[in-house]
Amino acid sequence: MTNHPVLSVHKISMRFGGLNALNKVSLQVFPREIAALIGPNGAGKTTFFNCVTGIYKPSGGYIELNGPDLRPKRINGLKPNLITRSGLARTFQNIRLFENMSVLENVMVGCHCRTTSNFLNAIIQTSSFKKEEQGVIEKSYELLKLVGLQGSANLSAKNLPYAEQRSLEIARALATEPRLLLLDEPAAGMNPQETTKLDQLIMKIRERFNLAVLLIEHDMKLVMRISDKVFVMAQGEKIAEGTPGEIQNNPRVIKAYLGEEVDVVS
Amino acid sequence: MDLYFLELFFSGLTRGGIYTLIALGYTMVYGIIGLINFAHGEIYMIAAFIGLTFAGIFSILQFSLISILLIAVFFAMLFSAAYGYTIEKTAYKPLRQASRLAPLISAIGMSIFLREYVILAQTPDFLAFPMLFGDLELPEFMMDFIQPTETIIILVSFFLVGILLLFIKHTKTGKAMRAISQDREMAMLLGVNSDKIISFTFMVGSLLAAFGAILISAHIGQINYNIGFIIGIKAFTAAVLGGIGSIPGAALGGLTLGLIESFATGYISSDYEDVFAFGILVLILIFKPAGFLGKKEHKKV
Repeated sequence: MTNHPVLSVHKISMRFGGLNALNKVSLQVFPREIAALIGPNGAGKTTFFNCVTGIYKPSGGYIELNGPDLRPKRINGLKPNLITRSGLARTFQNIRLFENMSVLENVMVGCHCRTTSNFLNAIIQTSSFKKEEQGVIEKSYELLKLVGLQGSANLSAKNLPYAEQRSLEIARALATEPRLLLLDEPAAGMNPQETTKLDQLIMKIRERFNLAVLLIEHDMKLVMRISDKVFVMAQGEKIAEGTPGEIQNNPRVIKAYLGEEVDVVS
Repeated sequence: MDLYFLELFFSGLTRGGIYTLIALGYTMVYGIIGLINFAHGEIYMIAAFIGLTFAGIFSILQFSLISILLIAVFFAMLFSAAYGYTIEKTAYKPLRQASRLAPLISAIGMSIFLREYVILAQTPDFLAFPMLFGDLELPEFMMDFIQPTETIIILVSFFLVGILLLFIKHTKTGKAMRAISQDREMAMLLGVNSDKIISFTFMVGSLLAAFGAILISAHIGQINYNIGFIIGIKAFTAAVLGGIGSIPGAALGGLTLGLIESFATGYISSDYEDVFAFGILVLILIFKPAGFLGKKEHKKV
């Protein structure tokens, strides 16, 4: 493992009017690492994701993403599509598929992030365009196979069962060839069997694509099972960081989750 | 079937074809950024003027009618695409984050600006447009109920709608357009350059309108600064009738509106031509606001 982080976030802040949604949060994610971001509701976890992916422009601090050449690239303030091209992909807590497109087409839109032909090639049907599109279809089928959806390729995305919609979102994010994948509550609404499958999927993705994963999750069992590192946020600040074991015994974390311990025996 | 009925039917299809070509611009832009581009009718009008200019130049150079027609269509498409691109960049893009009302006002302003600009730079009077189709011949039995130019307009508009549908369905750009129309932010997070796709949509809508403008001007034989206004609003009606945001809807709405207008003027009275179109607009807005193929708006939670 190299010592260069894939993602390094330096003291980013995000203010909405008078509210400090994020206050000087710094963290680093290293290649092939599975890191979890946990914290009570309203801690700023999704806001953090939105800042990193370019939906919000942070009001302070900066974010660097390391390219394949290990040269850090500042991504704060860039448009989301350019950040995605730099190697970052994400999924959403409330699934955001293109509902009126087929399962295959959803993945193809992600693949197109890496293709070069434009609409002129498409109109005159150049051979390079045809070859590229063929490649995109093959790659999309492969990703669908990885998440177990190869049989549903031509269904409309909105007709998939809930857990499969989540898998499709992951496949679509992978289609953009990220080096870091951000998952926002991937296990939300899943039953225990589905969650176990998700575990395996995340591990499999890391092996197959050599990428790092940063996930927001409320299912602590899942977090403790799969993460190498855990970041804890509360009220817009990072309050702890460490291995799952360290986090479980950290008094600040326990306090954030359970509130102040009160001595009732007096 | 009597000939008068057929005559009205084909003249309805012709009107419908033109309405469709213009309605596509309204519906695509609405589908992708939720804006009614009220300057779209003016693009149609400007395309007719550009076509006239180039037709004039090349007829002085003694080109054949068919090559003049093709040249006029080509340059009208080229220039109107440039107008569409510029209008989007100057009047709508700066207002992307503003409330929905702001770009609407800006669209109306742009529409008035373009019309006044043509009055000043060209003329407020009617200009003769050359009959670029020449003396086309159809088999004897057809000439009783359809004019040769009508045949061309109907075929060309069906052809263009078909090409557009294939393009949207099968190409990378078409998929990106559909993705943006469903969830722009998500599309951007997948690497889609939404600014580029939005510009492209304005350009395609504009060049389809230009195609319609040259066809109908060469059919009718005269143009002025005001031709975009009524036809623009009627095409908008067609788009709403079919379900704004839906491309097959625009074609269905355009043809329906064209046929209704044609039959109503033929069998009832031509004095009320515009009343029928706008009467329909009022009726759909009351009884089926989503149109034939439109999606019901459901709020995101």
